[in-house]
Amino acid sequence: MVATKAAATTKTVRRDNFLPENISLQVILLNRQTMEEKKEDSRKVVIELQNVKRYFKVGDETVKALRGVSFKIYEGEFVTIMGTSGSGKSTLLNQLGCLDTPTSGEYFLDGTPVRKMSKSQRAKLRNRKIGFVFQNYNLLPKTTAVENVELPLMYNKKYNAAQRREAAIKALQAVGLGDRLEHKSNQMSGGQMQRVAIARALVNDPAVVLADEATGNLDTRTSFEMLVLFQELYHQGRTIIFVTHNPDIAKYSSRNINLRDGKIREDVVNNNILSAADALASLPAPQDD
Amino acid sequence: MSILNLFKVALRAIASNKFRSFLSMLGIIIGVAAVIIMMAIGQGSKESVRANIAQMGTNVIMIRPGAEMRGGVRQDPSAMQTLKQKDYELIEKNKKYVTYVSPEVTSSGQAIYGANNTTTSMYGEGIDYLRIKLWDIQDGDYFTEEDIKKSAKVCVVGKTIVDELFPDGSDPVGKTIRFKSIPMRIVGVLKSKGYNSWGMDQDNVMIAPYTTVMKRILAQTYYSSINCSAITEELTDDAIDELTATLRESHEIKSEDVDDFTIRSQQEMMETMSSTMDTITIILVVAAAFSLLVAGIGIMNIMLVSVTERTKEIGLRMSVGARGIDISNQFLIESVLISITGGILGILIGWLGTLLCAQFGLPASIPLWSIFVSFAVCTVIGIGFGYFPAQKAARMDPIEAIRYE
Repeated sequence: MVATKAAATTKTVRRDNFLPENISLQVILLNRQTMEEKKEDSRKVVIELQNVKRYFKVGDETVKALRGVSFKIYEGEFVTIMGTSGSGKSTLLNQLGCLDTPTSGEYFLDGTPVRKMSKSQRAKLRNRKIGFVFQNYNLLPKTTAVENVELPLMYNKKYNAAQRREAAIKALQAVGLGDRLEHKSNQMSGGQMQRVAIARALVNDPAVVLADEATGNLDTRTSFEMLVLFQELYHQGRTIIFVTHNPDIAKYSSRNINLRDGKIREDVVNNNILSAADALASLPAPQDD
Repeated sequence: MSILNLFKVALRAIASNKFRSFLSMLGIIIGVAAVIIMMAIGQGSKESVRANIAQMGTNVIMIRPGAEMRGGVRQDPSAMQTLKQKDYELIEKNKKYVTYVSPEVTSSGQAIYGANNTTTSMYGEGIDYLRIKLWDIQDGDYFTEEDIKKSAKVCVVGKTIVDELFPDGSDPVGKTIRFKSIPMRIVGVLKSKGYNSWGMDQDNVMIAPYTTVMKRILAQTYYSSINCSAITEELTDDAIDELTATLRESHEIKSEDVDDFTIRSQQEMMETMSSTMDTITIILVVAAAFSLLVAGIGIMNIMLVSVTERTKEIGLRMSVGARGIDISNQFLIESVLISITGGILGILIGWLGTLLCAQFGLPASIPLWSIFVSFAVCTVIGIGFGYFPAQKAARMDPIEAIRYE
């Protein structure tokens, strides 16, 4: 609980790059009272979990995947959610992505309570508020980049064909694929496919981008390229949640939530966000045999 | 998703599995083609039978002596001698819905001219017989009222008899031939009618005044039957009522007794033939329709495979905001497209098949409604057999679907 509040109160340090690296959490906590009053209301809450529990019945047993998780994520945060397998990471992701509903507790996405929503209401909510990036890209086979990116807008009646295409092209340009609009998914590299997937996640201008092991299938260099892209999005003010088991990625995010056994073990704000671009530059150049 | 986009997605899915889609279409193609051809043959046969009967006059009414045969019980021979001169006269006197009346007596035997002979049927008829049967004289004339009064030994003959007795092509009119050793002068030749639908040669006939046949050939006082014609086909029933009343009066039949004569109309025969043809058509079409059912099951099978194969795609579509109904519509449109495309190809092939049948001399004509019915049935099959797979897709859990390998 303490960690959660600390995270909530220290949002402004995000861009305070002049702060010395060794300032500890405790120091910030000392200033909690004053900062809380000044800053809390100024930021928009995108995601709020209130004691979310998710139990599954497997035969006679009840598996407690989430045992009461509460946190708020503010607009413009780049949050990594980490945990080993079995920590409840995937279950939490499903909750955040409105693919599943809590057994108890409440989840507000951009102010909307999700728990009592019907399946199709949640589908609509996902369509308008969430951009998914999956580990294995999940592009439609034999389909061009533009058409893949258009997909979420297909399920939104407000867009006509021309608007869809325009938005898709814009999103592809934003991820650096402006010159590969008509390439088919099977003609692209892993990195390019993941860029298309990110463009697809951005095309509906979502309240939050949910990435599930988005670098899991990529080599080191391409992984860093993706992180550079995610950091760019972060600097543009996007809210990003990145679920991963790779602890290195936390260094490039603004906040890290660590799960264990269905509970939050740690929720820390990262005051020293490493630049993925620098890391990429320092990688040894690819060796050609 | 809009209908247009749903169609695009479905078309793409079908195009990406061309051969498989074609195979599942094939069942529909064969089924629809079979139904179309069967219906065409049924309809064609019906039309040809109708045309045949219509050729003999659609308003013809035949009166025969004796009650209708019931249960195969043989009638008393005397019951077959009830149609007499006074019946004919009374009918002529009372006629209101009846236009023409012609008593008929029949005989058969050998006709001889010179060294040639042929076996033929002899019809003794009244003056209006040709008008009832819609028959025409080609050469010469029909015999006259005067001939009937005098029981003159004159006759008109059909083309077959002319061919048999006058093989040298000489003009038969005015020649005297012998029928059962009675000399008869030919006054006219009938226009050829060809064979009827039961394979009977309608040109192998001799027609003489009924009085001649009754007195000089058969020596009998009763008619074999009486042919009449109603004013129009539609008034046939009124004419039958009129004739029944007249004959009951003439035969002094008490109201509780049954008729001692039978009245049949050409219209009635036509209906009997039509309904027989309908039954045959229905049997054929039902057999063909079963192949459509099998085709539908084939589509359902392929759609189930398609749904399973595209589980991941379904998961993705759901996570980016497709509702269950969007997914089920997508698969429904796909199966409807397969079945309708199959249906259209089936109609085309059925049409070609019908043309082929016509080439081989089978009477075939495609009723227009059978095309609409085929189309409707295909849509129903597409929706009906696509529904279950589509529901299966729509009910998927996006969490499991997207992680499906």
